[in-house]
Amino acid sequence: MLNFIIRRVAVAIPTLIILLIASFWLMQTAPGGPFTSERPLPPQVLANIEAKYGLDQPILKQLWDYVIGIITQFDFGPSYKYKDRSVNDIIAQGFPVTLTYGIISFVIAIVVGGILGMSAAIRQNSMLDYFAVGVTIGAQVLPNFVMAPILILIFTLWLGWLPGGGWNGGQWQYLVMPVIALSTSYMASIARLTRSSMLEVLRSNFIRTARAKGLPDRTIIWRHALKPSLLPVISYLGPAFVGMVTGSFIIDSIFGTGGIGYFYVNSAFNRDYAVMMGLTILLGSMTIMFNMVVDILYAWIDPKIRL
Amino acid sequence: MTDKLAQPFQQAKTAEMAQGMLEQEVQGRSLWADARARFLSNKAAMVSVVALALIVLFSLFGQSLSQFDNETIDWDILGNVKEAGRPSIENGHFFGFDENGRDLYNRVVQGSRISLAVGIVGAVIAVLVGTLYGATAGFIGGRVDSIMMRLVDIFMSIPYMFVLILLLVVAGRSITMIFVGIGLTAWLDMSRIVRGQTLSIKNREFVEAAIAIGVPTWRIILRHIVPNLLGVVVVYATLLVPTMILTESFISFLGLGVQEPLTSWGALISEGVKSMNYGTLWHLGFPLFFFVVTIFCFFFIGDGLRDALDPKDR
Amino acid sequence: MNVSIKAALLSSAFALASPALAAGTHPVTGETLADDQTFTYRVLDEHTSVDPQIVEDVSGSEIVRDLFEGLYNQDEKGNLVPGVALSYETNDDKTVYTFALRPEAKWSDGTPVTAGDFVFAWQRLADPATASEYQWYVEIMGLKNGAAVSAGDMPVEELGVKAIDDHTLEVTLEQSLPYFAKTTTHTSTFPAPKWAIEKHGSDWIKPENIVVNGAYKLTEHVANERLVRERNEMYWDNDNTIIDKVVSLVINDENVALTRYKAGELDRTEIPAGQYPSLKETNPDEVTVFPRLCSYYYTINVSDNAPEFLKDVRVRQALSYAINRDIITEKVLQGGQTAAYTFTPAATAGFEVPAVDYSTWSQDERNAKATELMSAAGYDKSNPLDITLIYNTSEAHKKVALAVSQMWKQNLGVNVTLENQEWKTFLNTRGEQNYEVARAGWCGDYNEASTFLDLVQSGSGYNDAKYANEEVDKLLADAKTMDDPQPNYTKVEEMIAADMPIIPIYHYAGNYMIQTDLKNWPVENVEQNWYSKNLYKVAE
Repeated sequence: MLNFIIRRVAVAIPTLIILLIASFWLMQTAPGGPFTSERPLPPQVLANIEAKYGLDQPILKQLWDYVIGIITQFDFGPSYKYKDRSVNDIIAQGFPVTLTYGIISFVIAIVVGGILGMSAAIRQNSMLDYFAVGVTIGAQVLPNFVMAPILILIFTLWLGWLPGGGWNGGQWQYLVMPVIALSTSYMASIARLTRSSMLEVLRSNFIRTARAKGLPDRTIIWRHALKPSLLPVISYLGPAFVGMVTGSFIIDSIFGTGGIGYFYVNSAFNRDYAVMMGLTILLGSMTIMFNMVVDILYAWIDPKIRL
Repeated sequence: MTDKLAQPFQQAKTAEMAQGMLEQEVQGRSLWADARARFLSNKAAMVSVVALALIVLFSLFGQSLSQFDNETIDWDILGNVKEAGRPSIENGHFFGFDENGRDLYNRVVQGSRISLAVGIVGAVIAVLVGTLYGATAGFIGGRVDSIMMRLVDIFMSIPYMFVLILLLVVAGRSITMIFVGIGLTAWLDMSRIVRGQTLSIKNREFVEAAIAIGVPTWRIILRHIVPNLLGVVVVYATLLVPTMILTESFISFLGLGVQEPLTSWGALISEGVKSMNYGTLWHLGFPLFFFVVTIFCFFFIGDGLRDALDPKDR
Repeated sequence: MNVSIKAALLSSAFALASPALAAGTHPVTGETLADDQTFTYRVLDEHTSVDPQIVEDVSGSEIVRDLFEGLYNQDEKGNLVPGVALSYETNDDKTVYTFALRPEAKWSDGTPVTAGDFVFAWQRLADPATASEYQWYVEIMGLKNGAAVSAGDMPVEELGVKAIDDHTLEVTLEQSLPYFAKTTTHTSTFPAPKWAIEKHGSDWIKPENIVVNGAYKLTEHVANERLVRERNEMYWDNDNTIIDKVVSLVINDENVALTRYKAGELDRTEIPAGQYPSLKETNPDEVTVFPRLCSYYYTINVSDNAPEFLKDVRVRQALSYAINRDIITEKVLQGGQTAAYTFTPAATAGFEVPAVDYSTWSQDERNAKATELMSAAGYDKSNPLDITLIYNTSEAHKKVALAVSQMWKQNLGVNVTLENQEWKTFLNTRGEQNYEVARAGWCGDYNEASTFLDLVQSGSGYNDAKYANEEVDKLLADAKTMDDPQPNYTKVEEMIAADMPIIPIYHYAGNYMIQTDLKNWPVENVEQNWYSKNLYKVAE
């Protein structure tokens, strides 16, 4: 296992470097720069600014300085657009926000989705099953940029129960709608996955054997059926995680939560190079780490798999 | 975001199914006939095929039912769409007018064409690249295989949506870029599955025979390996289409979608959402209906195909 | 318990905190004030900075005007009112200005605001090391040695501003500038606290470090979520400030913002394009529309690398005539905008809109003339002109572009390709003249016609059409020193209408939903320089 982790980390570092270079290059190729504005700056002013941020240096030197800054001082550079803050500030403020609603959404998606799927599978073709399938079908196809404004209309304007956006230090009222908007489609996917894999496991030979031995249903489900039926769910977690990162852009832009999703996508539009690269590294390493955890979990549940 | 639909149905299960199919394939010819019979008896899938066929027909020939087009502004309606632009059978504007005084029916027809095209072309690109890549890696094996697969690992940790946004920003916006960009971000899973299958086909007699008589590698891959992967590829592609359509809708939401006067479901939906509280709910309703129905059709057809092709479930 | 004692205690505490509010009525109008004086408004996007010398966007400047105070402020109509300065004197040729500063003005840490703080701030603005995007403003102000200091050729101490004593500021200009005092309402001229900047470096603008001299202190800032500013007890005019707390919320989507406004979460938000008529019916007391000092126009590439057909003035005129501006303002935008046939808006101070010929025709006449010109240029429906129109991604720009493209198509048979580009790409394309026709907009930097007309000068950096006409250049240069430049402005507008390098489409209007309890929004200030301290909320 330790070996596996070391190998993974060894691959992760070059991956991140490639990622960094590729995104840096793409950004540089994009038309316009961070200081292109409606009113073109006088050349003199532009020169001052570029000198201040080192943008007058050759590209390779810029990249090098940037990487060195990260390694030696953990400094991800300044934001060219939001001049009051550095990339470190942006991450320090936005990342906990994204992480909070992201993790809550994730846990809810897994727990509720899992329970829904399992109950549907155990009572296959019952009302509960139909209900679960119906709900998940609906939830799965509604893009979250449609769902989010609908939630605001219902809960804020019509019912007046919840604030229509903002974060306010993460009080629960501010969390409800972002979490619903972000988790529903994943919850639905997980429910469907659990249901189908549970059904399959319940039909398999070893469960039949267990039934034949006269074990009670509850024991069969919890002891024997649960673990194998979670396998496909676990392999889905990686993609779900990446999807949530992108989904957080919509959450941030519609609910004004101030998470990093919005900063990330907008850094591309603003040509805010340092923000874009800093967040790419952050999210890239999160993805790599997460995939690693998923693989470890997978091996733990299915002894056939070796790391 | 976008992988939410296809993903759960493709990875582990699809791989398993491919394995099963492979075992069957060499035993006899009856697999396809069997599969067809099983597919035809799957009600949900059959209903979906019919519905999807209707939507495709609608997107191809829908405009001939209407005397309007998708770009002409009716100046009398403009500015008063809420009252004067309601859907109406009598005046021939079946779906009413959009926010800009244009006939919504024709816009939905044309948007369907774009969205379906993006979905299908994107899926085809993903499947082509993924299949060739996976088959090559699996067939050649050894060091090449491990390098190629490491690369896939690396690509998998890239936040794709972001790369896609950058690509659209850098290269400017064109429908080709959307096709290619969306397609190129989705081939990774495919390449993994295909590689796995290739590894097991590689040791079959017919491949060994081909190698023995000196058939070139690329030819073996194209002639012997790829055709044997057809089943898994078809299923995967079917499940990929809705993912592509969803990705396109996100791109449109960001304002990076197709250029006016062309439109797509994603663009129509995101316009409709903006005005949903202003008394013009049909702007959202019509495109959303086609969007949802199509995604479900692909979804059930994919499920149905998998069940039909997977002999284990019999 | 004893309720009245509690009430008495409460009210006395209230009285101590802010004497002006003790009576709960507005000191001038006598209206009953609301207990909660919190003003919450929506901003589209996160501001760039709250540092007066760094800030470069509108929403940031709005915040800076609350946090800092310059020599002069603007009142509800845009007239100058004393800020930190009490008055000024000037020499005969208006090259030296001496400002007398308010002795009671204090920073939020209790330090008096001195002339030295202004000297520091202006030197900071000009200093190349600050790298301010508004560095060029020292040249707009005409400060002596401004250009040389900006270029780094002279030390900042040589800049034409010095402190005679703590409360006297002397400004020396390169040349006579009668309206110099007006330039001091701009945020980049606001004072800066040297000690705080030296102590905290670039972190000085964080809520825990910042020292301000305006009516409000910065108390909370969560990027892309909210910014909170609260009453500054040290502010010299604190007694007359009524709003206690100002909250700006970042809400990207204007429709979501409107929903939240309707739910009572916001006191002010923008009206989404096209929603004005229905909101006017449902919420007549809340819709607020007023003219803005901004022009919306299409610029035509007439540079050397422009396609031949655009160099034909008949084509340009035909394109302009075929646009029915009334449809754009009344049916597409529906927000109180006015049709534009001249570049400079009518709202500009001292500007009289000249009646350029085509503005007096009916649309039918314009269309007929356009068709005629087009066929004279060799294009008609059987031999159509192909043209590409670029605009940046935005719902409103798209609506206008769609309508215009249809007008061109239906009236002239022109085939229009629409190209919607992401902002920076768009600026790049337009700035490098890689376009045929492009959307553009301009808001006046100051309230005078030259802020608009200078754009058509051949040397202007904002002249994206690359229009060059020596006569126009000369008329504009002469206008600078004229007592009444109107005749020249009229001629320039007529020449624009004749050459048509830009197609004026409409003049902006400000469109807000403002809750009925929020009073005194400066709708007559066409530059929309508003100050939270002048607003108040009444009890309803």
